[in-house]
Amino acid sequence: MPIEVNGKSYETDEEGYLANLSDWNEDLANAMAQADGAELDSNHWEVINFLREYYDEYQIAPAVRVLTKAIGKKLGPDKGNSKYLYELFPYGPAKQACKYAGLPKPTGCV
Amino acid sequence: MSEPWEDEGPGEIKKFLYVNRKSPYGTIYALESLEVVLIAAAFEQDVSMVFMDDGVYQIKKGQDTQQIGMKNFSPTYRALEGYDVEKLYVEAESLAERGLSEDDLLVPVEVMSRDAIARLMDEQDVILSF
Repeated sequence: MPIEVNGKSYETDEEGYLANLSDWNEDLANAMAQADGAELDSNHWEVINFLREYYDEYQIAPAVRVLTKAIGKKLGPDKGNSKYLYELFPYGPAKQACKYAGLPKPTGCV
Repeated sequence: MSEPWEDEGPGEIKKFLYVNRKSPYGTIYALESLEVVLIAAAFEQDVSMVFMDDGVYQIKKGQDTQQIGMKNFSPTYRALEGYDVEKLYVEAESLAERGLSEDDLLVPVEVMSRDAIARLMDEQDVILSF
């Protein structure tokens, strides 16, 4: 189902993940969050930007366990824990944040 | 009821060895193997990977797939460490036969003789060959 942002239509898969990584922009992320009834603040953006950098380097979306550990390494233990990340992204930090980041669904995520 | 962030613990730990013998592109084996390893890493088992025969090309530096229209997934091997998959072995004979050395590889590995690889296989509970 395509998503409409600023008069432009973007292709997504049946779960709402962006079909083309290169289509991504910040307005698109905000629109996806709004559709889920969420609003993105700087803490969300920190994780979303981290995921985009991770994908750029490794060409995969990390599993939630790996994401949590890597966030901890970069942003400290206050943020590198599941509780914090689940509070930000209640649908599952890897799944939901990857969607807003324009990445595919994490490998192994069901 | 347990919360999703609470670990249940790994249970019995088995030794898993993934054997990679095919070149990275042309067949789906290399990518499938890598995906299985990444998915199975969640089960916190004792995982090792072996690269031998043309499988050593999977972790060769400087892959460029533009001309064959495939995604270059070689950077993903560098993510294995973050998944706690750190035991990567390469067969010395396979490297030598292809004029390669450890310096040509994009991840840290342990280079082993064919005999040592055979012994490593003997120690495993489960071997998956791709």
